[in-house]
Amino acid sequence: MKELNRLQNPYHDDKVIDACSIFGAMDTSGKRFSGKGVIRAIANMHDRGNGLGGGFAIYGLYPQYAELYAFHIMYLSQQGKQDVEAFLADRFHLIQAEEVPNRPTPAIVHPPLVWRYFLEVGRQKPEGQADDDYVVERVMEINTRFSDAFVFSSGKDMAVFKGVGYPEEIAEYFCLEQYEGYLWTAHGRFPTNTPGWWGGAHPFCILDWTVVHNGEISSYGINQRYLAQFGYHCTMQTDTEVVAYAIDLLIRKHGLPIEVAARVLAPPLWTDIERRPPGEQKLLRILRQVYGSLLLNGPFTVIIAHHGEMIGLTDRIRLRPLTVGTRDSMLYLSSEESAIRLVCPDLDEAWIPAGGEPVVGSLKTPRQTQPVAVAGASATLPDSRIVSR
Amino acid sequence: MKTYLPPKFLVTRDLAKCIRCEVCVNQCSFDNHYYDADDDEMKSRSENCVGCHRCVTFCPTGALTVRRNPLEYRENYNWRPEFIEDIIKQAESGGILLTGMGNDKGQRIYWDHLVLNASQVTNPSIDPLREPMELTTYLGRKPDRVTLGPDLNLEAELAPQVRLEVPIMFTAISYGAVSLNVHESLARAATEAGTLWNTGEGGLHPKLYKYGRNTIVQVASGRFGVHPDYLDVARVVEIKIGQGAKPGIGGHLPGEKVSAEVSSTRMIPQGTDALSPAPQHDIYSIEDLAQLIYALKEATHYTKPVSVKIAAVHNSAAIASGMVRAGADIIVLDGLRGATGAAPKIIRDNVGIPIELALASVDSRLRHEGIRSRASIVISGGIRNSGDVAKAIALGADAVNIGTAALVALGCRLCQQCHTGKCAWGICTSDLFLTKRVNPDIGARRLVNLLRGWSLELKEMLGGMGINAIESLRGNRLHLRGVGLTDTELDILGVRMAGS
Repeated sequence: MKELNRLQNPYHDDKVIDACSIFGAMDTSGKRFSGKGVIRAIANMHDRGNGLGGGFAIYGLYPQYAELYAFHIMYLSQQGKQDVEAFLADRFHLIQAEEVPNRPTPAIVHPPLVWRYFLEVGRQKPEGQADDDYVVERVMEINTRFSDAFVFSSGKDMAVFKGVGYPEEIAEYFCLEQYEGYLWTAHGRFPTNTPGWWGGAHPFCILDWTVVHNGEISSYGINQRYLAQFGYHCTMQTDTEVVAYAIDLLIRKHGLPIEVAARVLAPPLWTDIERRPPGEQKLLRILRQVYGSLLLNGPFTVIIAHHGEMIGLTDRIRLRPLTVGTRDSMLYLSSEESAIRLVCPDLDEAWIPAGGEPVVGSLKTPRQTQPVAVAGASATLPDSRIVSR
Repeated sequence: MKTYLPPKFLVTRDLAKCIRCEVCVNQCSFDNHYYDADDDEMKSRSENCVGCHRCVTFCPTGALTVRRNPLEYRENYNWRPEFIEDIIKQAESGGILLTGMGNDKGQRIYWDHLVLNASQVTNPSIDPLREPMELTTYLGRKPDRVTLGPDLNLEAELAPQVRLEVPIMFTAISYGAVSLNVHESLARAATEAGTLWNTGEGGLHPKLYKYGRNTIVQVASGRFGVHPDYLDVARVVEIKIGQGAKPGIGGHLPGEKVSAEVSSTRMIPQGTDALSPAPQHDIYSIEDLAQLIYALKEATHYTKPVSVKIAAVHNSAAIASGMVRAGADIIVLDGLRGATGAAPKIIRDNVGIPIELALASVDSRLRHEGIRSRASIVISGGIRNSGDVAKAIALGADAVNIGTAALVALGCRLCQQCHTGKCAWGICTSDLFLTKRVNPDIGARRLVNLLRGWSLELKEMLGGMGINAIESLRGNRLHLRGVGLTDTELDILGVRMAGS
């Protein structure tokens, strides 16, 4: 067993506390765009981080391998790499393996070796098990069993790039200005109780779900105990991990739509629920009764993304900032409005959503399985702010 | 037989202040004070004093003082005065020593070794004077998940849920043990505060049926006062297996307290002892419990949760798991310090385990088995203030029951004479001269005030932790730390040492 905590939480705190800048940009028409703007925007919020973590998630990244799981793995030693590559060869059908391109920069010191692998689920998969479940299990296995190796990205046609440094330095190191995607999220981190560890940076990723998060979840203790009942074990001890697992449970396993899941994480006050029309009131009441232990209490803003959707959500009394901007088919989410204005000065609309109100951006045309997402232009965003207004 | 028992208290009177009004004579139900006409002076029989302070409280000139009798025994750590005096009592009576209220011994009180968290810098504390702060709690069985059909319609109804505005209820105290005025005070206070009170095992007086929406009715081994209307009117039906003050034995109500009204409510002849059998004679095993639970659910058409109350004992965790699997919607754990109107002293002081440990192990076990959401956990037994309530919820309780605290609000001074039926505060008696000392208007007000005070304090503590809903504290043991506990104790409580 690898002592993840040795890296992630050396002082054995209850959980890893950090605060942050977050940014998300999505073209709801599905058109891929360069990350240059996103990098400028997150760099504009430099002072919200302290240089101990930065990262990006990019969707629509590998159209040439759209049907393959893309694993991004960081290695602390050559031995770790050899062990994991043998494991991958055994458990998966390996299509392509390469080092993630990077350029030496003065800001990035002692980077781990970062490789990416494009994989098909092999014949090792047990009969009847879903591909996704098999992949999740293997990721957990690598992350707990192999020393000196850590899978930090495991979805299809998307990837996470992250490390220790300011986000703009990470972007420079991984040459992110050269990539394109239809959805980007970014994060600058200000941890208060961990030395920098590359795996501890955001986004947090499992399959194609990613979370970037700003805040501290005061309900962490019970959220984590509740999730443990469903087989999720919070090995990283971060708030962000709790958010990711909660979303996976509610949406993937319990089949709730995202706007309903958001009402679990940030439910309306009881007095507010009692004022709603009968049908809605009943649903909201039952959600709180059943999932009360998943209420995320305390200050947070998250940007959750998976293929085709980007969701911004704050805690129900909005103790952390979130600003939304729209321009044509673009949806921006950011800790600060200035970052959006920097890259898109002439927004159609900009607003601050009420606490606990999810802002959802969805692809207008459901994502195709073709290598390139369907392009198209439209001036409105009918699917955003789904339940909020 | 000349008693060898020394007086426990000395009552002294400042004769310069005494106006010989005889209030003390009228107030004392233990025959302590009397007027000596020959000396034209008020006098005391200190050997009768139980230390209830009724006379001190009502003396209009403040002339009375009650002190512990400064009777010095030769020091002996083993043979402490209590044990000597208990032997004297038994040598003179030849019986089981009875007592009232809860265990007063020095077993560790874990609440005093747990401390709560508060937010500093990295997250903001929340000010309940300016921000919403939610204590609303729903008791009852919950499913593991919500299943929605197309159009977001719910595919299944939830089992019956009971809403509490504050996660504090009044524990089971039977009519007969306490007076009707006490029951009425509890019922009215629960109704006003949006919580529940509990009839205990002595039935529900017809006068109180109108408070049924806020009433838990108990079905105990004696089945006193159980009939269809009683079950129908209730919000929750509770099966009483045991209580913390006397695990393993049934309720005791001496015939002296079975007045006409008590007799008709309990459905037993006037003046007869109401001794509940030690076990429920239709429950000799867990599958029998399931039958009784479902018999009560059938009888009430699945419209109300069925609760099962046990005393906290060594195997509570395994027992609780069985109870949940047997269909209990709420499980109530009553700990070592749970109180009573009458119990053998030897049992009260020596049987059962501290509620903090029972709660922690039951909550952990149910979570480990993945069945925690199937039942709410309610605990009782020695909850003294809102700090204890907050710690209980953080350990994993959905709500707590208070008994002694509620009676103290009505005047009780824990003099432990409940079993005598002579309660000078008119609480634990059926003597009509005494019961009128509790005025339900005032009693309900005092109880509502207590719940309000504790609610405000709970909100302050929640806000300090950066939490604005009670469900984020429930089972959130990261908000607790232990002080002065061993590793084993910390392990069972699931709590880390302060400073770690």
